Amino acid sequence: MSSVLFDTPGPRAARRHRILGALTVLVLIAIAAAIVLKLASEDQFTADKWEPFVTPSIINILLKGLGNTVIAAVIAIAISIVAGLVFGVGKLSDHRTIRWPSWLVVEFFRAVPLLMLIYFIFSVWSESIGSLWSLIFGLALYNGSVLAEVFRAGINAVPRGQSEAAYSLGMRKTQVVTIVQLPQAVRIMLPAIISQCIVALKDTSLGFTILAPGLTYAGREIWNTFHNKFATALVLMAIYIVLNCILSLLATLAERRLSSSEGSVTIVGGQVVAER
Amino acid sequence: MDALTDNFDNILSGFWLTLRLLVVSGVGALIIGTVIAALRLSPVPIMRVAATTYVVVFRNTPLLVLIILTYYGLPEIGISFSFFIMVTMAMMIYTSTFVSEALRSGVNAISVGQAEAARSIGMPFGLTMTQIVLPQAFRAVVPPMASVFIALTKNTSLAAGFGIAEATFRLKGLLNDYASERVMVFVGIAIGYIIIVEVISFGAARLERHWRVS
Repeated sequence: MSSVLFDTPGPRAARRHRILGALTVLVLIAIAAAIVLKLASEDQFTADKWEPFVTPSIINILLKGLGNTVIAAVIAIAISIVAGLVFGVGKLSDHRTIRWPSWLVVEFFRAVPLLMLIYFIFSVWSESIGSLWSLIFGLALYNGSVLAEVFRAGINAVPRGQSEAAYSLGMRKTQVVTIVQLPQAVRIMLPAIISQCIVALKDTSLGFTILAPGLTYAGREIWNTFHNKFATALVLMAIYIVLNCILSLLATLAERRLSSSEGSVTIVGGQVVAER
Repeated sequence: MDALTDNFDNILSGFWLTLRLLVVSGVGALIIGTVIAALRLSPVPIMRVAATTYVVVFRNTPLLVLIILTYYGLPEIGISFSFFIMVTMAMMIYTSTFVSEALRSGVNAISVGQAEAARSIGMPFGLTMTQIVLPQAFRAVVPPMASVFIALTKNTSLAAGFGIAEATFRLKGLLNDYASERVMVFVGIAIGYIIIVEVISFGAARLERHWRVS
């Protein structure tokens, strides 16, 4: 296999690679052994640290937390898709009075740290809406403004000829956007939208800081009772990793199913970095 | 306005801490991320597997859970540093996965033909890298890398939940103390973050222009 960095290995290089591979395995085993020894010497493998996670009542607490987390993520994403659509199309509007406010909203909420937003909403409205909804609205505002950028980039990525053809048929701007551009843009944007769902799911953990019910908060209840913060953190990690891997798999499938020659939108950290 | 003007020093020292978090974890993430990217691009399969596992594990863990692991978990197994280092460690590990992804996609963006052509005219590895591959890779890496650092800037706010008095921590305090000026406080501190984000985007745009093919 030849790549940008190296050629297909010859006999000597292949031998060198085998030696390097063996060394890597040794290093990995050494690291694993060091971790296991360290944990064993700190009594991390005792039953009282791990038993909670096979106890039905504790599993129930975790499942309830997981349920709240998933509900928060789903509602937040539903709101943010609507908000994203409104502001994304708003940014493309011909009318300055719509375009500029949309631009301001999107740019502001994308640049502000999500936790700041959540603290603000929580401090102003917590009495009327509670901590879970403070989290949901924070997530919805942030992800909505990121998705607005995705929608804008997706609509722009639809080949120009499409909208030109639609205009020449006599369609109005609204018809061009809703009938011609958006349906095609969905194919282009779907992978980006799913990966934003992963970001939103991870960000639900921020509810922990305002004590909103959720998976991470459930973890807190467990470690407060059993004093096993390290073990709990590892369990939480495992749950989040499995959930996110399933979503990543969906994103990859969607990309493969829908992969179009028309284009794609890539987002990194809430910024659209590639549209073609 | 009182909330902002009376506490200006307070807020400024908060942003100073935010910048320190950003620089320390950013530099650490660059170093770890480069190593991970090199492993992921290496010709040795087991290195690729190990690096990919690292990326999958730490990219899919919420940063907050990672901070809980380092901040609350590590002291429990007898590893303990200052709060600042514990939080920075988590940010470093989390961000390094995004750095490695950006670097990897930058190198993968170059067509194999470029390097094969360089090798076939007899350029050794060093020349191929410095003259052909890296200049093009840098160009492709700038926009995603800028986004990674913008995301890191925003992520440093998570330190506020762990007793580190950076900008978002100050915000939390001011929101409590000045109930009538909450919007003002929020917008004021948001502008601080927006300035940092804009400086990073501006720097990235300059770099992109610097490396542009004329």
